[in-house]
Amino acid sequence: MALDTVSIAQETPDTAQPYKELGLKDDEYLRIKSILGRRPTSSELAMYSVMWSEHCSYKSSKVHLKQFGEKAPHSDALLVGIGENAGVVDVGQGYAVTFKIESHNHPSFIEPYQGAATGVGGIVRDILTMGARPIAVMDPLRFGLADAPDTHRVLPGVIAGIGGYGNCLGLPNIGGEIVFDETYAGNPLVNALCVGVMRHEDIKLAKAHGTGNLVVLFGAKTGGDGIGGVSVLASETFNAAKPTKRPSVQVGDPFAEKVLIECCLEIFHEDLVVGIQDLGGAGLSCATSELASAGSGGMNIQLEKVPLRDPSLSPEEILMSESQERMCAIVEPEKIKRFMAICKKWDVTATVIGEVTDGLQLNITFNGQLIVDVPPRTVAHEGPVYNRPIAEPEYRKSLQPISSAVPRPTSPEEIKSAILKLMSSPNLADKSWVTSQYDKYVQGNTVLAQPEDAGVIRLDEVTNLGVAISTDANARWSYLDPYEGAKLALAESCRNIAVAGAKPLAVTNCLNFGSPEDPGVMWQFAETVRGLADICLELGLPVTGGNVSFYNQTGSVAILPTPVIGVLGVIQDVRERTPMGISREGLELFILGKFDDNLSGSEWAHLFGEIGDSSPVLDLAQEKSLINFLLAGQSLFDAAHDLSNGGLAAAISEMVLRHGIGAKITVESAGIQLFVETPGRVIVAVNTANAEAVVELAQTHGVEISSLGSTGGDALCINDSVIPILELRAAFEETFPKLFG
Amino acid sequence: MKIGVVTFPGSLDDRDALRAIEMAGGQGVSLWHGSDNLKEVQAVILPGGFSYGDYLRCGAIARFAPIMSSIIIAAEHGFPVLGICNGFQVLAEAHLLPGALTRNHELHFLCKDQPLRIENNNTMWTSGFQMNQEVIIPLKNGEGSYQCDDATLNILESEGRVVARYLGQDPNGSRNLIAGITNERGNVVGLMPHPEHAVETLTGPSEDGLPFFTSILHQLVGR
Repeated sequence: MALDTVSIAQETPDTAQPYKELGLKDDEYLRIKSILGRRPTSSELAMYSVMWSEHCSYKSSKVHLKQFGEKAPHSDALLVGIGENAGVVDVGQGYAVTFKIESHNHPSFIEPYQGAATGVGGIVRDILTMGARPIAVMDPLRFGLADAPDTHRVLPGVIAGIGGYGNCLGLPNIGGEIVFDETYAGNPLVNALCVGVMRHEDIKLAKAHGTGNLVVLFGAKTGGDGIGGVSVLASETFNAAKPTKRPSVQVGDPFAEKVLIECCLEIFHEDLVVGIQDLGGAGLSCATSELASAGSGGMNIQLEKVPLRDPSLSPEEILMSESQERMCAIVEPEKIKRFMAICKKWDVTATVIGEVTDGLQLNITFNGQLIVDVPPRTVAHEGPVYNRPIAEPEYRKSLQPISSAVPRPTSPEEIKSAILKLMSSPNLADKSWVTSQYDKYVQGNTVLAQPEDAGVIRLDEVTNLGVAISTDANARWSYLDPYEGAKLALAESCRNIAVAGAKPLAVTNCLNFGSPEDPGVMWQFAETVRGLADICLELGLPVTGGNVSFYNQTGSVAILPTPVIGVLGVIQDVRERTPMGISREGLELFILGKFDDNLSGSEWAHLFGEIGDSSPVLDLAQEKSLINFLLAGQSLFDAAHDLSNGGLAAAISEMVLRHGIGAKITVESAGIQLFVETPGRVIVAVNTANAEAVVELAQTHGVEISSLGSTGGDALCINDSVIPILELRAAFEETFPKLFG
Repeated sequence: MKIGVVTFPGSLDDRDALRAIEMAGGQGVSLWHGSDNLKEVQAVILPGGFSYGDYLRCGAIARFAPIMSSIIIAAEHGFPVLGICNGFQVLAEAHLLPGALTRNHELHFLCKDQPLRIENNNTMWTSGFQMNQEVIIPLKNGEGSYQCDDATLNILESEGRVVARYLGQDPNGSRNLIAGITNERGNVVGLMPHPEHAVETLTGPSEDGLPFFTSILHQLVGR
């Protein structure tokens, strides 16, 4: 095909263009024509199509997401907010921490290993781009039913991909979730979170400033993988009738990324860049237009200089390629020699592909011929915005309360078999089969990792300053009530941080939903964002960034609305962290918080195929009091564990199983109290000498506290029911190896 | 006492090894793969990681790095070398230790707190252990299954050159549950588990790894 240049585009206004195949709608194509005053060249069309995709432009979500700005609480901790590659918060002692969560759902369904691997790679580059050394990753995952055949294709590949990439980068994997639900069949959710640390003065931004500064592409060479990944894969509902989209999934090379990380950190250390951007979704189209748009505007790129893995790539393909492990930096001419020397030291290919100009246009030439001449803001930041129709979905009208078909065990035998059934169910069973494939030790600063409530990483070996991170979502509650579900997920995440002994500081989110073209899904989304913005304002926590993943839908069946919330907390002395497991005999057990009898959305009801009719309603004042109590009492607790999925039954089982030390607890109405998942509750294990102080502290904070029992022995005893730990452990540990071993 | 830690492209636990040396009371010195300069260190650790992405075979490319030519010559003359995980794989590829490390028998990466028995406390790196001391040290690798021919296995066992052996359930299918071995002279030790991740209970399962680093310092002082 002959090169489609700007002058040819001017001369041939009526040439038919494949904009529909590239995912653009009629009116979007017309808008491009009106911006340019002519038809776009094929290269320009390629750029607009990827940058105006749902994935890159947030065109369906923007009108809602702006609430995060409008309702933003004042926060002294926020150093860089939404809009950059990742938000940055001040954690004290001159340290700044950046963290973000992103989805790589669709690629992971098509090609589980590479999809999940490059999901890790992408989020790690976002963190690196801010100037930070990546220090940990987490992976919240959702799959179809555990015994479904396709889950056996997807899950092992996803786990191996996350491990294969993350382990090779030397990043400890410190937490996450694995949840099974049939709506995720065909739409697995593979979210990846990364956290990084830097000194305040080392923060880098994605801006191209300074006429005459050089645009440098460095890292891996550009290949044909991932072309149109964002527009074709992530922005469209899967349809069984269409051909396979395997070539749209990127292929990762973790070794190249590891070397790129070390190379970048050395470059940052010598302060050699003006601005930097990673190449992820939409590749060079995104990096050049975003850098130019956020900077002074003008940029010239000579596209033929881009080093290619496949020399047959056309300019359009070079612009759209999502080849991994690439970065784009803006470098002052006098610093380029040193920049190149560091790249050479690490054997990283680096090429000057253009320069910043004093103009307003992004101009791209290919062998001297002008093929792109666009205002960069129109590509990067002024994409289409849709106010899509919203309607409360019909299913909400037919929700039924939990029926009597869901058993309420009372006798010792019933309680025992219920506990064994619950703890062996895939959502609650031991996840070691998965987490043992992740390196949690590398970098030597992991203080807590899965299965703990939060991951805790030491930042400073002298002062013992650290951060805690937790990710949470309760999709069933979000299905019942997306507004409350979102608030409850965030509250749970904060509670998990506080349980470990850290103070919640900032929020990131990954909002996974069905098709935005479905008004019911859009209603779920709008309610979710409203809930998140409200609770963030109420708790004074800034949202530092996040990601929206739409089109997680097969035919007319959307996934459960799944807002995954990540909360970052700071802990002044990591040696004071509180673990979840019972580590000694003779401790007293207390439970904090009130419970009700609404089994809706609970794991127990789910095991009997029921979801119920209403989610809990967040009691914000109670949540705040509980968090304050946990932080004030940190030094009094031997162990603390949040009650979430599986309620009290799961929480006490997990505490017992951690170190194999038993417990004896008494509950009044076992059938409800063991399984209800009323939020805002925590179990603490306390040395007898501290018991009185804990009770007093709870009363001071207005938190309801009641005695639950004590630790010791080789069984979990609930009222008169005795469950030997050996038996409990067998049930807990055999599920995953049996399913996936 | 200066102990060097080599950084290859793709090394991961190099900083952790340096930290462990410092915690043991030594001075850690970072060595670069591309230089053959050992910077007057008195011993060297080849750290864990994925040198050169484990491409071709684990350790197969790192073995040809310029620093390795200096290390191989020195080791043949009694210079102390400890290879941890990927470092063990590099030592095997460099023929400083016999055998090879292959994929774990379950074909997964495995990260766990691994019980071990120290069966040789005559090496420069294990002299601080009690004979048959049982320890817990993290194991984390995808290719940790130690394999060798019968003749080599006989020699290793009969000469007491198995330094550490896995206890409990077989983690990776290694012959005779071998976790670590030494050369005839006891100056070169290869170990799949990561003692540098068992130097403080805050970040590891135990402090059982520390004697690997204190042993070498005592040996060097005693010279």
